[in-house]
Amino acid sequence: MLNGIDDEEKWLAEGIAGIQHNAFYMHQALDSNNLREALKYSAQMLSELRTSKLSPHKYYELYMRAFDELRKLEMFFKEDSKHGVSVIDLYELVQHAGNILPRLYLLCTVGSVYIKSKEAPAKEVLKDLVEMCRGVQHPIRGLFLRSYLAQISRDKLPDIGSEYEGDADTVMDAVEFVLQNFTEMNKLWVQMQHQGPGRFREKQEKERSELRDLVGKNLHVLSQIEGVDLGIYKETVLTRVLEQVVNCKDDLAQYYLMDCIIQVFPDEYHLQTLETLLGACPQLQPTVDVKTVLSRLMDRLSNYAASSEDVLPEFLQVEAFTKLSNAIGKVIEAQVDMPAVGAITLYVSLLTFTLCVHPDRLDYVDQVLGACVKKLYNIPKLEDSRAMKQVVALLSAPLEKYNDIVTALTLSNYPRVMDHLDNGTNKVMAMVIIQSIMKNNTFISTAHKLDEEDFKDEQNSVARLIHMLYNDEPEEMLKIICIVRKHTMAGGPKRLPFTVPSLVFSALRLVWRLQGQEGDIVGEEVPATPKKIFQLLTQIIEALSAVPSPELALRLYLQCAEAANGCDLELVAYEFFTQAFVLYEEEIADSKAQVTAIHLIIGTLQRMNVFGVENRDTMTHKTTGYSARLLKKPDQCRAVYACSHLFWVDDQDGIKDGERVLLCLKRALRIANAAQQMANVARGSSGPVILFVEILNKYLYFFEKGNQQITGAAIQDLIELINTEMQSDSATPDTASDAFLASTLRYIQFQKQKGGVMGEKFEAIKF
Amino acid sequence: MNFLIGAFKPACNFSITFSDGKSRKQVPMKKENGQTVMVPLFQSQENIAGKISIEPLQGKKIEHNGVKVELLGQIEMYFDRGNFYDFTSLVRELDVPGDIYERKTYPFEFSTVEMPYETYNGVNVRLRYILKVTVSRNYGGSIVEYQDFVVRNYSPPPSINNSIKMEVGIEDCLHIEFEYNKSKYHLKDVIIGKIYFLLVRIKIKNMDLEIRRRESTGSGANTHVETETLAKFELMDGAPVRGESIPIRLFLSPYELTPTHRNINNKFSVKYYLNLVLVDEEDRRYFKQQEITIYRLQDS
Repeated sequence: MLNGIDDEEKWLAEGIAGIQHNAFYMHQALDSNNLREALKYSAQMLSELRTSKLSPHKYYELYMRAFDELRKLEMFFKEDSKHGVSVIDLYELVQHAGNILPRLYLLCTVGSVYIKSKEAPAKEVLKDLVEMCRGVQHPIRGLFLRSYLAQISRDKLPDIGSEYEGDADTVMDAVEFVLQNFTEMNKLWVQMQHQGPGRFREKQEKERSELRDLVGKNLHVLSQIEGVDLGIYKETVLTRVLEQVVNCKDDLAQYYLMDCIIQVFPDEYHLQTLETLLGACPQLQPTVDVKTVLSRLMDRLSNYAASSEDVLPEFLQVEAFTKLSNAIGKVIEAQVDMPAVGAITLYVSLLTFTLCVHPDRLDYVDQVLGACVKKLYNIPKLEDSRAMKQVVALLSAPLEKYNDIVTALTLSNYPRVMDHLDNGTNKVMAMVIIQSIMKNNTFISTAHKLDEEDFKDEQNSVARLIHMLYNDEPEEMLKIICIVRKHTMAGGPKRLPFTVPSLVFSALRLVWRLQGQEGDIVGEEVPATPKKIFQLLTQIIEALSAVPSPELALRLYLQCAEAANGCDLELVAYEFFTQAFVLYEEEIADSKAQVTAIHLIIGTLQRMNVFGVENRDTMTHKTTGYSARLLKKPDQCRAVYACSHLFWVDDQDGIKDGERVLLCLKRALRIANAAQQMANVARGSSGPVILFVEILNKYLYFFEKGNQQITGAAIQDLIELINTEMQSDSATPDTASDAFLASTLRYIQFQKQKGGVMGEKFEAIKF
Repeated sequence: MNFLIGAFKPACNFSITFSDGKSRKQVPMKKENGQTVMVPLFQSQENIAGKISIEPLQGKKIEHNGVKVELLGQIEMYFDRGNFYDFTSLVRELDVPGDIYERKTYPFEFSTVEMPYETYNGVNVRLRYILKVTVSRNYGGSIVEYQDFVVRNYSPPPSINNSIKMEVGIEDCLHIEFEYNKSKYHLKDVIIGKIYFLLVRIKIKNMDLEIRRRESTGSGANTHVETETLAKFELMDGAPVRGESIPIRLFLSPYELTPTHRNINNKFSVKYYLNLVLVDEEDRRYFKQQEITIYRLQDS
């Protein structure tokens, strides 16, 4: 291989030397106005280009050298006073050369002078040149020769307004000339792959790629011809170019040329010929990357649409969306093997397009998403990361466009597309959505456009999204949480109640996870420690005070306290409780809310095992105190008997302070009594005995659990008390209480009959 | 040897001039010794007239048995050296026997001379026209002087001039159709044509069009055929694909062609052929030869 390269260098050097040698004599001949010699040496010089040994890259080097020399020769040809031969004769004279390649290079060179002299119409000369060049069928040599022809003719086309414009309709001659040169060059280019035995396909492809711009240049020239208006473009240029593209049946050429067409011709032409252009796509080879071609087209059209409002009607008029959508459908259908990423890329482009062109047509957007869902139907979760990226792009586009998550969420297919993402990507997507929401928060709040329901929907989805954010790396996760926090904090009081809980639970989940792997990560350096997260949590929950939403904050504090308990962080837990109490005292004024809150506090506190005796005492004392100070007697009663659980934790090593349990229950009984009396006073009838039945149940519970302070006798007394109450005149009949009592008694009976230890125990209760 | 040269020095100086010598076109002619000289150009049915001067060397007289001038058209075969076939022989007696003491000038004229054949200088044969002046002497041998001239005959454009069109090929390998716009070309003509590739299954490297001259001399068992390739003109570089058509445009003027000569005085023929040659990557040659007629068109 190395040898091959060395050889090539050698051949190139020889070729260059040959050119220089003959150019030297050619210069001498030019200086002495010796046409014969000039032709002789120029032909010899050009013979160096007949080599077959060089790769396109090296051949180009050689070509450029010859090209420079030909410029000098052309200057000489121009001055017929020097050589004394008319350009017409010169045109014949150079054709005497026996070898075709030098002959045609010289012919083109004289041809250029011939056109300039205007002794013959430009179109005639061009036609002759392009026809004669057929003689070179060797791909590389032919391509360079024709590229030379294109080069020298560029400024001599009989275009409108050109000095070479002849009679009417000569633009067509210019077009015809370039088209023909293009067609021939493309044929040569395609032929290249069949050349030279023993070459590797890969190398060939590379070499071919190096030459593609020679072919594409023609299209560029076509696009530069002034006279090519939409009519000519539609009827002649595009038709012929596409014909060549389709017929050449070569994937490399088809891909490149389609792209070339899209890039070089004006947008409005594309728009007006969309059907033709798209019609060619399904006819391309199956290996052609049509999706990229189409994507580029749509990108261009999108940009065009975005460039000016004025062009939009044009898009509507030609029904661009429908056409593109159909074309994409056909391509995807035709290319069965197209990977998911390809199809999705197409949909992204189409979506971008419709967002640009038809921002008001949400149905189009949904249609695109729907098509995508259909395509993804058989792939439950995407695995290809590139495809995933495209889906994210697909889903992000509407958000960016509409600045409004609600709009996106009205798209029925939107979540269905999301279903196909894996968890990681879902998170990314969620992030995008959140960012979009955050970005647009101000807009929504000031506009007040949204009705309440929409707002809740929106916020609920945000909350849902926060839950989707997940990363296996705790540090990363913490970062995510911090970022989300930043955004949610900016959301303002209306949004916080929706977003903060999600965030808190998300953080707590991380805490639990860290807890799970505890042991490995201890020490200050670790960024994601439960402690840190708890600090963060405190700040997050504090933000709710701005709303204010004390009930929610209280719940969250308790939740955190419980988590801190799990982490064995007594002080942290204590702090959370303190916060909860402060809220209870200062913010929660509503009695119903107080009841709920106190029960939550009791429930949480009961489960806490992290507190030392002292702290726990403080807490329970506070709690029982609050319980006893509730406004309504029944509420008081219930809270107080609930407090009994604070002193009896049914665990291996839980607190079992039977005495204080009993105290609580007795106190509850007193309150229940007081409640009865109050009812008597207020309404003339005592309230239902349900509170007593409830307390009875507590008695039974602790009795069963083995609290020595709770005796069978005490229970018996209580039952009697209830019976008395129920039979008193002032008692209000209440079926619920009756039933409750009846089933409680049935339970005692049942326990007795069961026998065993428990049975014996229950035997002590007589009634 | 100088004295010998002096001894055999001709006894007189000759000068042969044509009456329209100054205006008559002169064309180059290659002499036997390889030198090119300019000689006057005639065509058939022209009058060939002029003057012949004979001047004896200083102080000498030429005693002769008569002076004559002959116009000869000769065909000379190189393999039959020294044998000339005179197909035209005209004589004008210029003087009766007598003595020449000083420069003497004789006018001569051959009117509307029939010269049907063109001067031709081939590989094995030469056709030439000469004026031969003979001063006959009894002793010392006759004094002879030659003057060459060239004859070219012009033809009007042929009334029928069909194109040459033909499909040739090797089964399942190569099928081409070629077309030359005419079958008769004048010397400064240009061959226009096309080659269509109907089927290409071989890897063609290039394609040339050759102009070949076939000179045959003698007859029967003594026929000598000499073929020269006068032009090798590359038409195509590289391998075409099916359906490709390659243009032909070959200017004849750079080549030293003569008109086609058919059976000149039963002595020789000169024919021209276009030979289309395809060369494949293994340097195998595939060719098809077609005769064309070359004629000399009167310059307008």
